[in-house]
Amino acid sequence: MHRFANPAQFNRLADSVMPWAFSVMVLTLASGLYFALFDSPADYQQGESVRIMYMHVPAAWMGMFVYMVMAVASFTALVWRHPLALIAGKAAAPIGAMFTALALITGALWGKPMWGTYWVWDGRLTSVLVQFFLYLGYMALWQAVEDDEKAGRAASILALVGVVNIPIIKFSVDWWNTLHQPASVMRLDGPTIHSDMLWPLLLVAVGYQAYFVVAFIWRMRLEINLRKLSVMRMNEVAGG
Amino acid sequence: MVMTHLPKINVSSAGAFWALVRRDVHLAWAQGGASTLTIGFFLIAVSLFPFGVGPEPQVLARIAPGVLWVIALLACVISLDRLYQADFEDGSLDDLVLSPVGFLGVVCAKVLAHWLSTTLPLAVLAPFLGVMMNLNADGFVVLIVSLLIGTPALSLIGSVGAALTVAVRRGGVLMSLIVLPLYVPTLIFGVGAVDAAVNLVDPLPHLALLGAVSLMAIVAGIWASVMALKLAME
Repeated sequence: MHRFANPAQFNRLADSVMPWAFSVMVLTLASGLYFALFDSPADYQQGESVRIMYMHVPAAWMGMFVYMVMAVASFTALVWRHPLALIAGKAAAPIGAMFTALALITGALWGKPMWGTYWVWDGRLTSVLVQFFLYLGYMALWQAVEDDEKAGRAASILALVGVVNIPIIKFSVDWWNTLHQPASVMRLDGPTIHSDMLWPLLLVAVGYQAYFVVAFIWRMRLEINLRKLSVMRMNEVAGG
Repeated sequence: MVMTHLPKINVSSAGAFWALVRRDVHLAWAQGGASTLTIGFFLIAVSLFPFGVGPEPQVLARIAPGVLWVIALLACVISLDRLYQADFEDGSLDDLVLSPVGFLGVVCAKVLAHWLSTTLPLAVLAPFLGVMMNLNADGFVVLIVSLLIGTPALSLIGSVGAALTVAVRRGGVLMSLIVLPLYVPTLIFGVGAVDAAVNLVDPLPHLALLGAVSLMAIVAGIWASVMALKLAME
């Protein structure tokens, strides 16, 4: 793992991953969206509104997945003082917050025609909202502390504390039997939705995942370059 | 940072721990201390609700458990921003962590003192405000019990936020942004228990879950506070 502590190593790895991630993203998102929006059956209960689900469900998965990426990065940063881990956490947070917001907004838009309300305070919705606030707190803490190293490690502690929310999100639909439906894809006894609907869903999910890789690498590079820039500026001032 | 060549001072760590707890409780209750102000906030903020939503007894009775819990939680948050900051700014925190109690002892003592001096009085006062809010008679015992079980979690989780923002200027707002989302489970089970009792349902499952939240907060909260303080002071 420490092989990638060197930004040059990271850049080489990123260079080789990037074209693949980018092509996968374009292909899966294009085909996934086509199937999801045009070439999949309308639901016998939800009608055409079911198409919102192809955006909503993968976004909610990504909200949790990116949080775990951030948490693993934070753990790595705190335990091994891995220099790139702090940058990885910082790069992941806005992407995760964006996916979480997307899940909340699409959920609200779907909820209005289906449940008759944009929002209910059930366990799943509330815990996802808390996750969104945790992302905001993480980013705010990064902003608030001036020293980047300290800011990153303080934010990492917060990210790790917030991990308790992940199982709450996952199991909220089982613990609180309210409006939000229980899992239908990630089940021990196999998915319960029809394959015509499962395929577009999985395609969009892979597309989101690839988008994450692309955006994540871009953001990490941006951060590394910004640091290089500030070091160069300081050297310039010191030298001249 | 720990200096090994310091002369040995004959203070037991237990003695130092309790001295620190006593000191913080005294400071909190001293003139202008956090506790009296926090309790004042609790009283005034709760009594605003009858003005805001109207004095109908049924309405007040319905919202009483939630209002009492939410205001207790907010009162706790506003008392937290000085938990470590005052000692951090004047340098006494540096001395404290070098004393026999160490980081772990400082965190435990300060959280314990905060609970005893600030959040526990809220639990004691809550039934009186419950009368003012026309809380159903069946809810009183469970209200007190739920606050007794839940308030340690408030102090512990709050300590994490206070320690993370100790070096941040005007960190209070940031701290509430960090702490309030983490308070959600405590609030849900605390209010759930009182609501259950009012509706004559068994509140025990809610209280058990609330206890679990507090136990979890002991494990995660103390660890995270120690980490955050170490980070701020290096």
